Amino acid sequence: MLLSQLNAAASPLTHEQLQKLQGLVGELNPIQQAWVSGYLAATANSAALSGIAGQATAGADESAPLTILFGSQTGNAKGVANQIKAQAEARGLTTKLVNMADYKPANLKKEKFLVIAVSTYGEGEPPEDAEALHEFLAGKKAPKLEGVKQAVIGLGDSSYEFFCQTAKDFEARLAALGAEIVVPRADLDVDYEAEAEAWIAQALDALEPALKAQQQAGGGNVISMPFGAPQTAASQYTKQNPFAAELSVVQKITGRNSSKDVRHIEISLEGSDITYQPGDSLGVYFLNDPQEVAAVIDVLKLDKAQTVKIGELTVSLETALIEHLELTQSYPGFVEKYAIATGNEELSALANDKAALRAYIEERQIFDVIKQNPANIEAQALVDCCRKLQARLYSIASSQAEVEEEVHLTVGLVEFDTFGEKHFGGCSGYLANRAEEGTKVKVFSEQNDNFRLPADNATPVIMVGPGTGIAPFRAFLQEREARDAEGENWLFFGNPHFTEDFLYQVEIQKYVKSGLLTHVDLAFSRDQAEKIYVQDRLREKGEAVFAWLEKGAHFYVCGDASRMAKDVHQALIDIIKTHGGKDDEQAEQYLKALRSANRYQKDVY
Amino acid sequence: MSNSEIKPNSKLDASAKFSDNERLKSQSAHLRGTISTDLTDQLTGGFTADNFQLIRFHGMYQQDDRDIRPERTKQRLEPLHNVMLRARMPGGIIKPHQWLAIDEFAADKTMYGSIRLTTRQTFQFHGVLKPNIKGMHQLLNSVGIDSIATAGDVNRNVLCTTNPVESELHQEAYEWAAKISEHLLPKTKAYAEIWLNGEKTETTAEPILGDTYLPRKFKTTVTIPPNNEVDVHANDLNFVAIADEGKLVGFNVLVGGGLAMTHGDVNTYPRKADDLGFIPLEHTLAVAEHVVSVQRDWGNRVNRKNAKTKYTLDTFGTEAFKAEVENRAGMKFEPSRPYEFTHRGDRFGWVEGIDGKHHLTVFIENGRILDFPDKPLKTGCRKIAEIHKGDFRMTANQNLIIAGVAAEDKAQIEQIAREHGLIDNQHSEQRKNSMACVSLPTCPLAMAEAERYLPELVTKVEELLAKHEVAEENIILRVVGCPNGCGRAMLAEVGFVGKGPGKYNMYLGGNRAGTRIPKLYLENVGEDVFLPALDELIGQWVSERNEDECFGDYVIRKEIVAEVKVSKTDFHA
Repeated sequence: MLLSQLNAAASPLTHEQLQKLQGLVGELNPIQQAWVSGYLAATANSAALSGIAGQATAGADESAPLTILFGSQTGNAKGVANQIKAQAEARGLTTKLVNMADYKPANLKKEKFLVIAVSTYGEGEPPEDAEALHEFLAGKKAPKLEGVKQAVIGLGDSSYEFFCQTAKDFEARLAALGAEIVVPRADLDVDYEAEAEAWIAQALDALEPALKAQQQAGGGNVISMPFGAPQTAASQYTKQNPFAAELSVVQKITGRNSSKDVRHIEISLEGSDITYQPGDSLGVYFLNDPQEVAAVIDVLKLDKAQTVKIGELTVSLETALIEHLELTQSYPGFVEKYAIATGNEELSALANDKAALRAYIEERQIFDVIKQNPANIEAQALVDCCRKLQARLYSIASSQAEVEEEVHLTVGLVEFDTFGEKHFGGCSGYLANRAEEGTKVKVFSEQNDNFRLPADNATPVIMVGPGTGIAPFRAFLQEREARDAEGENWLFFGNPHFTEDFLYQVEIQKYVKSGLLTHVDLAFSRDQAEKIYVQDRLREKGEAVFAWLEKGAHFYVCGDASRMAKDVHQALIDIIKTHGGKDDEQAEQYLKALRSANRYQKDVY
Repeated sequence: MSNSEIKPNSKLDASAKFSDNERLKSQSAHLRGTISTDLTDQLTGGFTADNFQLIRFHGMYQQDDRDIRPERTKQRLEPLHNVMLRARMPGGIIKPHQWLAIDEFAADKTMYGSIRLTTRQTFQFHGVLKPNIKGMHQLLNSVGIDSIATAGDVNRNVLCTTNPVESELHQEAYEWAAKISEHLLPKTKAYAEIWLNGEKTETTAEPILGDTYLPRKFKTTVTIPPNNEVDVHANDLNFVAIADEGKLVGFNVLVGGGLAMTHGDVNTYPRKADDLGFIPLEHTLAVAEHVVSVQRDWGNRVNRKNAKTKYTLDTFGTEAFKAEVENRAGMKFEPSRPYEFTHRGDRFGWVEGIDGKHHLTVFIENGRILDFPDKPLKTGCRKIAEIHKGDFRMTANQNLIIAGVAAEDKAQIEQIAREHGLIDNQHSEQRKNSMACVSLPTCPLAMAEAERYLPELVTKVEELLAKHEVAEENIILRVVGCPNGCGRAMLAEVGFVGKGPGKYNMYLGGNRAGTRIPKLYLENVGEDVFLPALDELIGQWVSERNEDECFGDYVIRKEIVAEVKVSKTDFHA
């Protein structure tokens, strides 16, 4: 919402406050606005934890509120949690909204009504913020929870094998402790919005009577906040309403003999009110490959001009397939629906064999599934088999303090040969092969409070970002330079070859020369007989790494979740053991403490 | 004389400051600099600051693939830094086991995969990445090769006529080339320390080269007339062998040749060497040492474009220079003994030496030994090295001699050579008498194409010769990418010197023996201008020449260009 559109009636501010704010904002340039926005958000965040939540509990001391716990990686679960809170409060219910990372497990004993919103990432792992609680619930210290009512909503991506695993774990663990499931768990896919809303209504319907009864009995007051959780980027442009931004630069930044094709992308945010902070992500919508779409229409003998409906929208089949539906990232749901819609027995059999289905979609894009299974199917039926095309999220590789109204990304082109054809990733293929400089792409910024530079400029930071994991650290370095931050910066980077794959080499050299980067350690895995990775470099420098942690350094990891982040984690454990004189459990505790202090943060995918 | 006493001579501008190269040499701790630190710097594939220059004294040039430089700038990658290594191979002799070692290294550890034979009678590796440099030196060391002082302000690889026929004379001349090379080497142990993990030793004094080394590069040859393949007039110091009944008795000493110049600077010019006189063999090392020491002390350290021996002679006078050498070496030059140069080309095919051994000279276009699609030259050389019992000789014309083959082994070696395109009767005389420097994409000084352009240019010149019905004849043709002299265009009958992409200065009037400097005929022109001009000149030459008159002599006689007699006054006139 734009400030000029605000009026006192629609905001929590008095008329006078609002005038002051409008006056101030009128004087600020977009960069200053972004800063103020971030500043206020940070202040409000800490207030929310210490003050607002405290108020809620204080007001409902004897009677338990509706406790909403969220564990979020990219912000989706947090968004859903905010929605739950808003809906509950609209019903006059007292709520307590807490990030799992900030939740004291000892409080579990006092809970009566628990709603969990949690995502899953990687190989069925909990988001970082949820790790501690996830583990605690399975442990010996977990209290009995008889009489507690629980409702769990999971967020995930069905193209991953362990879809919504963390939500399943939470529900099962709470149930094992005696909590009663009052509404069936929702396992929501990437296009979760509509289903989330329906589930929330259902869950609150189930919880409301008991909550109300208890609150009336306890005489608790309903505390209704006018706002949901504070938002940093109060942009009018969102996932649902993205901004059509101009693509200004698409530049390959790996050498001509590289096995990888990595693009540096610059997008102009001019004309939008989108702001972001280092650590945030950018959601990017893309168009499917028109040639692949034509091939699908052709193989199914459909008419591309045939109109179809997607929700409220009526468009041609071709438009639907290019602009609105997911056709690259495959997931079990598609195969299941397509098997039924086409009466394909082979596919139906496959859909019933989880492992086989997983293997099948692993090596196929949705394009492939359709092309390899031609059938008589109506255009609308095909559309109904598909889920909505989801924006891809990329860690932002720039700081607005440096690039102002631009946003930069570091995008690895996903490409592979299979079934005799070249295949490309949906969004990376679009950006690298089809979008041209000047093309408008629909984008929105996605806040990630779990990946933030230390507020204190004097705090040293260690950044581990091999491959495209370098992206947010480029943003961090730009930001630290703009802030004149005196804290030391240490970067670990790796990729296959020095000559071909040293992303942003010239910039990194410049930062070393200027002194911004105190150390850089590089691991080029294929430049020698034995492979060397960032975790090996970390171990080599273990003593200094531990010394940095001891003096308060923040430790960041960005990049591959399935292997690198785990290997780096293990390297950290080893370093803490070796140089801190600790055993395994103490080392884990050490890292947990770092995490609780927001000093060990990951942005992995 | 120690370093601190070296002052700009009174004949030079005493108030002027020494060039920055003098600072870096003096601060280098005898060529060590901080090269070892750079080797551990993971951030760049290049060498920083002074080390960029200092590695030259260790036989390496930092280069990059210039073809892809703009592309890499956009990719936010630094230029594709690598080094070129030039080995020290006095007289160009390399043994089969050494060949096998460099063959393997070139294949496995260089970007281009080739062995390059150069006009300095040695081989070069092109495209060695920093992590492979130390291993390269250690490998070379293990087979008895180094690259000490093959570049930089020192006496570089000593050339020697390859003449395989007069085998005894060649053997003696070669031994002197090796001795001179050793005698004039830097004494610093920096090379062993840095590259071979040698023991750290105290700073060594440099009694001959001086602690700040020479003012500029210095080139030496040992030459056996009548073949002038080494091009004495391209070199600072030449020992021209004088034999008596097939036995070496001494040398005529020629000083002050050099071909480098700078476009647009008339104070720079190619210049022939002056004959100081004859010396018996026992004075050889002393004269070598003191020609170097006089140049060390009298050479210009302020202006590097005026620093080579040729300018020192023109500044002080040849007689004064000669007297100082006599004074320091404690000897007198005798009157020159008669000798004659008649040609410079290599004698391709088999020849038999007076010792009864056989020698096969093979033509290597541009000196580039690589497996080409239909010509696996590199494999051919390797297969020969696997069975060869003699040695190889790299010629100053970038060709290769398989030398010292016993009569019974001839057939087998010839068969391998034929099977791998090393013997190719298709090459015209024109092609065999054409030469180019390396130039683009690796040489940082290049302004225009040379090596990559030569094959195509030769084809066009062949067509002109055929058009005028002299297809069997040839004109000594040389193309260089810049005016620094590597391809010796300034001793060609027709020399092209690069000025910009596709543009060359065209010089005419050198002779077959390499004893005349050519003169500018067309400036900054492309093929569209110089090919029609050459067409017309060849036509005139064919119809108007005297018997056996070569093209270079013809253009001088007809005054198409004026003869350059004294470079300082005539070259730019």
